[in-house]
Order: sequence, then structure tokens, then C-alpha cells
Amino acid sequence: MAEYFIKHYDDLIKATLGHLQIVLLALAISLAAAVLLTILCSYSQTVSRLILGLLSMVYSIPSLAMFALMIPLTGLGQTTAVLVLVIYNQYLLLRNFLAGLEGVDHSITEAATGIGMTPMQVLVKIKAPLAKGAFLAGIRITMVATVSIATIAASINAGGLGIILFDGLRTMNVPKILWGSILSALLAILVDSLLSLLSKPSKP
Amino acid sequence: MVHAIDFQDVAKAFRGSALNAVDHVSFTVAEGEFVTILGSSGCGKTTLLKMVNRLYEPDSGKITLFGEDISRADVVKLRRRIGYVIQQVGLFPHITVGGNIAMVPNLLKWDKAKTEARTEELLALVGLDPAEYRDRYPAQLSGGQQQRVGLARALAADPKILLMDEPFGAIDSITRTRLQDELLSLHRDMGKTCLFVTHDIEEAFKMGTKVIIMNEGKILQYDTPEGIILHPADGFVSSLVESARAKEAFWEKFKS
Repeated sequence: MAEYFIKHYDDLIKATLGHLQIVLLALAISLAAAVLLTILCSYSQTVSRLILGLLSMVYSIPSLAMFALMIPLTGLGQTTAVLVLVIYNQYLLLRNFLAGLEGVDHSITEAATGIGMTPMQVLVKIKAPLAKGAFLAGIRITMVATVSIATIAASINAGGLGIILFDGLRTMNVPKILWGSILSALLAILVDSLLSLLSKPSKP
Repeated sequence: MVHAIDFQDVAKAFRGSALNAVDHVSFTVAEGEFVTILGSSGCGKTTLLKMVNRLYEPDSGKITLFGEDISRADVVKLRRRIGYVIQQVGLFPHITVGGNIAMVPNLLKWDKAKTEARTEELLALVGLDPAEYRDRYPAQLSGGQQQRVGLARALAADPKILLMDEPFGAIDSITRTRLQDELLSLHRDMGKTCLFVTHDIEEAFKMGTKVIIMNEGKILQYDTPEGIILHPADGFVSSLVESARAKEAFWEKFKS
């Protein structure tokens, strides 16, 4: 184990950084897309149900199959990997975001509307800050899921820790399998604890 | 003469219900009047109130405020001109007391100094020391204090009309009596037109310069408290008055 690390630490570090890059890129795009979708959904129940239904269907496609399905469209490599991760993330993020917004006490939103806020102002000034906890919880789940699904991205040549893992599997190299798993688990724990710091309540 | 509030044959039914929640109602409120709307739950009183600031839209009929047909007004601007207080108070828990009161002035883009001065003035008006309470969060106040802030928030942009939906419904009776008295004296000083929904007959008769009695979506009687007590319009109204008398008689027994 340690021997492998000493010999191949540069490969491991490179794979970890590549992994982190895919994850962070996917997360940034996912968040932007989820915010837009959330705003869209907040205007219409019908649209909201439609989008969630569609996303849950897509989410049920196994990731290996999904990566393979995208190859004819966007080819091999990182772009496809990030795209797939973004699509998966939409379900997790949107579900949590919408649940958070719906959890806001109805009397508060009614008062906000009643004193003359536009629907957008109610969303941005009242509902979103009050749903902050649910938002962060959703982002944490999504982050951890992204770290794990991103390993599969190695199957389409996108790099990351999946390379180490799949190589290890193919050659039955146990230290390689272990290092691939340990590092991706550590990465997941790391991003999760960073986010948990953010979700600490700041209000009295 | 232009009325502050004018309902002309207004009806509203909720989806899936064959009955009208508000059933072809017409009435007018003169400026400066304090009208209480009394009825049991489900009688349509809250629906009636919420049509004034268009939280509900009527199915038919016309509502005008100071002669202006509200169905043609910009709904957001309309609401900013009407004060609105609800039973659950609905203070924004993540915003300070001062921020809650300043919400409508901020929406109207008042300048900062004017808004701050107004916030202090209003806190003092509702009996809360500005220095002590301005920077607190709603959760750090008692129920009665929260409703004082709710009232201050409704008054912030100096609306001509104030809508109140059972504002003291969830407040203990000692605090409620005090808040009622203060609201009455505020009304005397400011002369705002008030619509006040309640299911409490004593409160309705104490607060109202006029009282609307509602049942099953219809207005049974609209008169001064004296007029209603002396000349109840029908059996329902007289039984209502009787129930209040019976309660009073109960307390009379214990007078020394």
C-alpha cells in the first residue's frame, strides 16, 4: 500500500486533482442550472411537476449507461462527464430546493405577498433565505453523489480517480483499487465537511 | 360621495365548491370608519377581506377603493398602499424588527434617512422602545409584541386603508384587551379606514364604529353596534346578541 503510494504519488495526486476539477466544474454548472430551474418551477405547479418527473426518470438511468449514451452526442472526455453529472445533479438539487421553498411557513409568504412584494421578491427576499438550510443540505448530498459518480467518468476517458480504480480492477491490482477508493472517499468527506461548516446556523 | 371601500354585488366561489364563499355582497365603507366583520369560521369573512388587497380575485362584481376599480390597478402597487395584518402575524423571521417595519418603505424605495425615522416613529407609536427592539429578531419577542410589530409594519407607508384578519386571535386576553384599546386610540388619532375580521362578538362590538355580520357568504346585517343590539335583523343575529348577553349574565352573578 504505502509502497505503491511512494512509487506513484504523482499519478495519485494528478488523478485526485483531475477528479476535483470535474466535480467542482459540474457543481458550479449544476448550481446555476438548478437556480434557473427552481425559479421556473416557482411560477407554475404544472411545469414543476413536469420537470421533476422528467428529471427523476433520467436519474434512474444507470450512470455507466448514461455516459455511454452521451458519447454519440458529445464524444469522449471531460465535457461529456461534466454534462452527465450536471444532468444527474438537477434532480437532487431541484428536489431539495423546491422542498425547502415549500417548507416556508405559509403565513409568512402570505404576509409578504399581502404587503406588496412581487413573486420574485417573495422568492429572493423571503423564501430563499428561510430555505437556506434545505438548500445547503441538498448541495451536500449532491456533492457527495457527484464525487462518487465521477469515478465512473473514467470509462469515457474523462480522467479522475476512476482511472486508478478501473486500472486496478482490470489488472487485479489491490493497492490501486484501494487507493482509488480511499482517495475518492476522502474527497467526499472533505467537501461534505467544508459544506457542513457553511450550514452552521448563524442567526441567534 | 366617494367611498373608501365599495363592494358591488361581489361573489366568489372556490374551485370544487358549488357554494359561494362570498355570495353577491354589496356594501360601502366611508373614509375613517372602523368596520368589524363578525362571523363564525367558514362564513366568508376572511375571503371578503382578502378580496380587498386581491389575495383573492372575485368571480363577479366590482370592488372600488376611493372610486378606483381595483381589478384594473397594478396589484403589487395596490397592496403597498393597503396595510395588512394577519393573525399569524407573518413577521419575516430572518429579518430584524426594524427591517420588517421598513419592508414596504424599502419596496417603495424611500431614502434611508426617511425610512429610519419612520421605523423609529412607528416603534414608539406601538409602544416598543426603538433602541431596545429595533435590532431584535421576531423570535425574541412575545406574541403581543410581535403583533405590535405586525401593526407597525402595516402602517409603515401610511396607508389609507388597513385590513386586519383576526389580529388578536392568538393573544392572551389581558394583552388582547390592551392591544384593542391601543388600536382604538390609534384609529381615533389617525382616522384610517379599517376593516377588521373577528369571530369574537365582544371584540367586534367594542372595536367597530360599524359591524358587518356574515353567515354563509351573505351579509345579514350592517349597522352600528347599537343598531344591531337594539334591532337585530333576523333570528341568527338575535341569537348572536343573546349569546353575548348570556355570557355577560354569567359574569354578573359573581359581582359583589
